[in-house]
This record gives sequence, C-alpha cells and structure tokens, in this order.
Amino acid sequence: MENHNESHIVPFKTYGIILAVLIVLTLLSVAVTQIDLASLTVFTAILIAAVKSGFVLVYFMHLKFDNKLLKALVGAVFILIALVMFVTFLDYNYR
Amino acid sequence: MSNHESETTTHVSFREEKGKYKGIFAWIFSTDHKRIGLLYLYAIVTFFLVGVSLGAAMKLELIAPGKTIMNPEAYNAIFTLHGVIMIFLVVVPGLPAVFGNFFLPIMIGAKDVAFPKLNLMSWWVYIAGAIIALSALFMGGGPPDTGWTFYAPYSFKTNTNMLPAVIGAFVLGFSSILTGINFIVTIHRMRAPGMTWFRLPLFPWTLYGTAWIQILATPIVGITLLMIVGERLFHIGFFDPALGGDPILYQHLFWIYSHPAVYIMILPAMGAISEIIPTFANKSIFGYKAIVISTLAIAFVGYFVWGHHMFTSGMSGTALYTFSFLTFLVAIPSAIKVFNWVGTLHKASIQLEPPFFWAASFLFVFMIGGLSGLALGALATNVHLHDTAFVVAHFHFIVFGGVGFAFMGAIHYWFPKIWGRMYNTRVATTGWILFFIGFTTLYLPMFFLGIDGMPRRYYDYVDRFHGPNIISTVGSWVLITGLIIILVNLIKGAKSGPKAGKNPWGGRTLEWEVDSPPTLENFEEIPVIERSPYDYR
Amino acid sequence: MSQTIALSHDIHRDDEGSKIGMWLFIFTELLLFAGLFIVYGVYRYLNPVAFHLAAEELSVTVGTVNTIILLVSSACMAMASSAIRMRKKGMTMLMLATTLFIAFMFMVNKYFEWEGKFHHGLFPGSEDLLKLGQGDTLFYGLYFFMTGLHALHIIVGIVLITIVSVKVNNNKLTAENPVLLDNAGLYWHLVDLIWIFLFPLFYLIA
Repeated sequence: MENHNESHIVPFKTYGIILAVLIVLTLLSVAVTQIDLASLTVFTAILIAAVKSGFVLVYFMHLKFDNKLLKALVGAVFILIALVMFVTFLDYNYR
Repeated sequence: MSNHESETTTHVSFREEKGKYKGIFAWIFSTDHKRIGLLYLYAIVTFFLVGVSLGAAMKLELIAPGKTIMNPEAYNAIFTLHGVIMIFLVVVPGLPAVFGNFFLPIMIGAKDVAFPKLNLMSWWVYIAGAIIALSALFMGGGPPDTGWTFYAPYSFKTNTNMLPAVIGAFVLGFSSILTGINFIVTIHRMRAPGMTWFRLPLFPWTLYGTAWIQILATPIVGITLLMIVGERLFHIGFFDPALGGDPILYQHLFWIYSHPAVYIMILPAMGAISEIIPTFANKSIFGYKAIVISTLAIAFVGYFVWGHHMFTSGMSGTALYTFSFLTFLVAIPSAIKVFNWVGTLHKASIQLEPPFFWAASFLFVFMIGGLSGLALGALATNVHLHDTAFVVAHFHFIVFGGVGFAFMGAIHYWFPKIWGRMYNTRVATTGWILFFIGFTTLYLPMFFLGIDGMPRRYYDYVDRFHGPNIISTVGSWVLITGLIIILVNLIKGAKSGPKAGKNPWGGRTLEWEVDSPPTLENFEEIPVIERSPYDYR
Repeated sequence: MSQTIALSHDIHRDDEGSKIGMWLFIFTELLLFAGLFIVYGVYRYLNPVAFHLAAEELSVTVGTVNTIILLVSSACMAMASSAIRMRKKGMTMLMLATTLFIAFMFMVNKYFEWEGKFHHGLFPGSEDLLKLGQGDTLFYGLYFFMTGLHALHIIVGIVLITIVSVKVNNNKLTAENPVLLDNAGLYWHLVDLIWIFLFPLFYLIA
C-alpha cells in the first residue's frame, strides 16, 4: 500500500556514530563496576544498559522514523513489563 | 489468496470454491480465513466433546461417596485432562479462532486477514500442540495428574508424562500468539474506507482487546512452562525449594498469564453477546463507547489481578491487599457491560429466537459467576472458600456459562451465514431449555457444597455432601441430553435445512450484507462505511 | 520497478502491516525474556551475596568482547537496510556476511565459555554446584537457561539472515521490497537488546 520505498534512508555515518557511542557506554559500564560503589554498582550498570537499549531501539530499530503509534506501543510494552515486575515485588519486598 | 481465483464468478460460495487442492486438502491447506475458522470449529467441537465426556465421568464418580467408577489416580488424571483439554484446546482458542477468523475480516470490510499463510500456520501449530499434549495419554508413565495448573513442585516430582502436556501447552500458546498478531494487524491495517475505530462493531473490538492479551500474556506462561521442562530435564532448581527455588514464584508466573487468559476467554464472548443483543432487540446498542472502553479497561486491569489465585499461598500482606483491590476494580467494567446489555433490551421489541435465548441466559449465568467471583476476591471469604467446590462452581459459571453460552449463542446466530441454511428453531429452543436447566442443576449445588467445605479435586467425600452431589450429577445428564439435541439439530440444519437468505435476523453489521455463505473474497467491492454498526432506528 | 508493481497489484501487500506484525512478535519475545528477568530479579533479591560471588566466576573480558561484537553486528544489520535502499547490492551482501560472521564468532565464544563452566563442574544438576549452595545453584541455573535461550535466538537469527542473504543474492529482495530484510534486522536488534541486559546482570555484578 503506501510508503513502499519512500521510508527514510539512514546514512551509514549515523549508524557509525551510534555504534561508537554504544561501545563507549559498554566500556564505561565495565569501568564503573570495577570501582566499588556498593549498591549503586548494579544500579549504574542497569541504567547504562537502559540507555544503550534506548539507542538500539531508536536508531537501529528505526523507531525514530516510525509513526507515533508504534512508538507509543513500544513504550507501553516496557511500562507493562515494569509494572508486572513492580507488582511481583509487592510480594517479595514485603514478605 | 492467489490472484487467478478472482476471475471466478462472484456468487460461488467459499465452500464450493475450487482451489489448487482437492478433497480434504482443499481445506487443510486453505488460506481462506473462513475455511480456517471452520477447521478450528471442527477441531474445537471434537475436543469439547472429549472434555465433556471426562467431566461427565467425574460427575458420575461423585454421585456417591467412596469409589464409584474409578480409583483416585484415575480421577486425578481425568480432572487434569479435562482442564488441559477444555482450557488450552477449547476455550482459549474458542471464539476468536472460530468466529474471529470467520467474521473479523467480513465485519471490518476486508477480503481476508493480514497474514493468511500465518493464519493457516497457526491452525497447524494448534493441531501439533494438541497432538503433543494428548500423546501424554499413550506413553508409559500414565497421563499427567497435577491439575491443569501444573503447580510446582508437583509438576517436576510426579512420575507421570508431564513433558508432553507441558510442551503441548507451550506450542498451543504459540498458536494463540500467531492468531493475536494476525488480528491486531488486520484491525489496524485492513478496515474498509470509512470504518473508523468508533464504527468498528463490538465483536472486532473485543477481539482486538483479546489479541493484545494473547500477545502480551502468553509468552510469560510459555517461558514458565519451559522452566518446568528445564526442571524436569536438568534439575535447575527454579522452583525446587531443596535447591533454593520458590514454588510460589511459579504460581506468580503461571497466573500472570492464566488470569489474563480468563479474559482471553470471556472478552470475545462478551463481544458476541454485544452483537446478538442489538440484533434481536432490533435496537441500537446502549452505550457503545462505554462497552468499548470497558473492553480495553478489562484487558488492561485484568493483567494485574493474578494474585487473587494465590491468597492462601503465603504472599505478603501488601500483595494481598493490592490484588484484592485490583480484583474489585476489574469487576466494574464487566458490570458496565451487563448494564449496557440490559439497557439495550429496555423498551425493545425483542425477537424471541434461539440466539437471543442463549444471550439472555448468558446474562443470567454471567451475573451469578461474576458476583460469586467477588466473594472469592475478598480476602476473608477467600480463605474459607479457597480450593473448595465453590471455586469450581464460580469458574464454570464464568467459563462454561459465560463463554460456553456465548459460543452457543454465536453459533446459532451466525449459523445461517456460515452454512447458508437454517436449523430448526423449535428443536434448538428445546435443546437450550434442557441445557440451561441441566447447567444450573449441575453447578448451583456446588456453591453450597463449597461453602459447606467440600474440597475440589477429591474423588471422595463425607456422607453429608451426598444429597447435593446427586442433584449435581443428575444435572450433568440433563445438560448432556440438551447438548446432544443441539448438536444433532445443527448438523441436520447444516446438511439439509431450508436455505437462509442474506440477513435472516435483520442484523446491521457488515456480515449480513454479503452472501450466505460468503464468497471466497467476501465482497465484490470493498464497501465504504458511512454509518455506525448498530443504527437500527 | 514498474514490472514489480504490475505483477503484484492484485496480491495484497502491506509493508507497514508486516512491520507492525514483526514488532508485535518482538513484543512477545520481550515478554518471554521478561518472565526470566522477573525470576532473576526475585532470586537475586533473595540471594544477593551468593549471586555476587557466583558472578565472579564469569569472565568480564569474554562478556565485554561478546557485547561489543554483537553491537557491531547490529550496526552492520542496520546498515544493510540502508544499503539495499541505496541499491548497493554488494554493500548489502557485505554487511549481511559480516553480521553472519560475527554471529558465528559469538557462538564460538559462547561455546568455549560454556565448556569452561562444564569443565569446572558449574552446570545445573552437578555435584560441585550443589556443594556451593542454593544461591550459586540458582545463579548458574539462570545463567545457562537465559544465555542458552539467547543463543537459541542467535541460531534462529543466523538462519533468518542466511535466507535474506540468499534472496538478496538472487535479486529476489531488492530496494522495491526490502521489508524482509528490515524485519530480519528488527529480530537481530532484539537479540542484541536482550544481550545488553544479560551482560550487566551476569557479568558485571561481581
């Protein structure tokens, strides 16, 4: 139907930059966990992972150029996962 | 569908259409959504009859205390099989797979679903899953005996054939997911011009809500079942207390899927009722938007109430209160729907035909089922009623009463469209009366037995429960008599009933504007929609 | 281009629909792994010290190398989607081949890593693991189950990308119908996405 080939072509350079950022973030997360930040260590590692996954979703998975519906759905799924985890921990956290 | 078929004249029904294959292969390799819907129908009815026979055997065992016709091991196996067959093979695919496949494209003005090949594949995956699950019966070790919930640690400690049952359920989940993906894309992308979201009939709306639950909840049970497989094969220790695992975590994961699964079952049933009631009331549905919004609300809130199956498991107090609160919350949208259906009937000129009888009795049994659910959702009463016959009665009022009655209503409603013929309505009404009387006689006593303390899943009971159990068993015989009358009548009607016109009931949705039975491509020309689906007056 | 459209005008084709379908499938995959992440979260919460110590047995270097090469492969896959639209067949093939090569490399690393663990008796059901205690048993149970399931997805990805490469090579998949390549790409990025979370949870919590 519509938009067969007219979808946005992302230049190689953009992917190159994103890849470089992702590798730097990976090394950063390794470096951060080598220093002892106690309970913050894991939190930082997960936070960096979340940022990395954001880059993968937005650029590699093309969400930046997709319509609002898809963006909203992807966001909703992550919120759903977070909510399910939250509700599960209502049990374990208060047992 | 391949393009060379479009040359054929438009008035050949999909049943007579000649494709690439002949005989049965023209059906089992067909990508036509209508044929796939009927393939599901035949498979589901077959499994349903097996499930009914197992249920009747259980009732017969319970007609008297002590051993009547089977020993305890056989009883354990039979209630497990009854549950697995009825849940995974009958009600979960149920209305979406049969009537969703057949009518969703027609009701939104499309020629087929978005991915016809995937649709056929999901039927094949369903059959494969069924074969794997039922192969448990024929291997050494005996049929599974854990109940359909496969609770840990029993599911990896028992020596019976758990693996085929668990893997079968996993494969069936995959089929359910594929159907869900197909329906969502179909509804998003293939609505006819002018078919805005708020001109979508209510049955497709409920299929939409259902499809989202199928996609977002089924993977959780998938992975949980895989973990059970891992436990059995590699002794990983996920749910084994001896290895540090927590069996209650299994219950969490299982119910994260299996509670929403109840909404997978009931939402399309509500959708079918929302189609039947305005047609036979000859009146526009009351509160269309309220029904749509309550559908989506049920789908969403229903995702977070799973813990109410675990009130006696030893969860934290915080979790107990939260789940109980959310359970009461999810009752509101269901009540809104009942209110809207009754509102539609208010001051209507009602045609008293079999589909309407089913829909009206649906309201009755669904109310009993729903209200008894509130008794179970309250923490204090739940402790008393947990794992008693009360739960069984509640569940059957919702799933057999709710979904089953809606399925019966739907098949009587859409029968002339599917087969192009009409069944005998007087016989159908007789069948309904017997079925309804049998149903209430069978399950109402179980509420009282449960309150009195009779546990579920026991093949034996103390003497003081004898009376209600006799009534209940006799009810099962009446129900089966009604079921036989209904089935024979429908089969006769499909074979040799009088020809039905395009619109025998005076329905207003799109499926009543196409031929009975529809042609291969449903519409000669894709219609342009300029009105609401229920503009009766 | 005109011939393709002439040929396909009668067949229903909806690239946007295919993409949404693929995304819906990715949602199911995310939820599948979410179930495991819940299990991981709960057992880590219940056994914080044991998980911490057990993770020390895993090599951060191997984990980091695998993370980086998987990121590179993901970038290559994304570039293949751009290259096919620029009608650069050679470039597309190169990118797909690189992705495949890296996928194999990932599996080889994984093999040696697993083999090492088996060698030290750190596998589900082993006597040595049971002696270490419940936290370690759960950690390694989850480690093998989650990385195993992820590796299974890598294998499926390899099959998928191979099919795409053959189609590109035969000119069956071109700038006019790149949706299969895009969808294979989406799947591959999903595999990467899961690994992005597995990496810190297993390798970086020591």
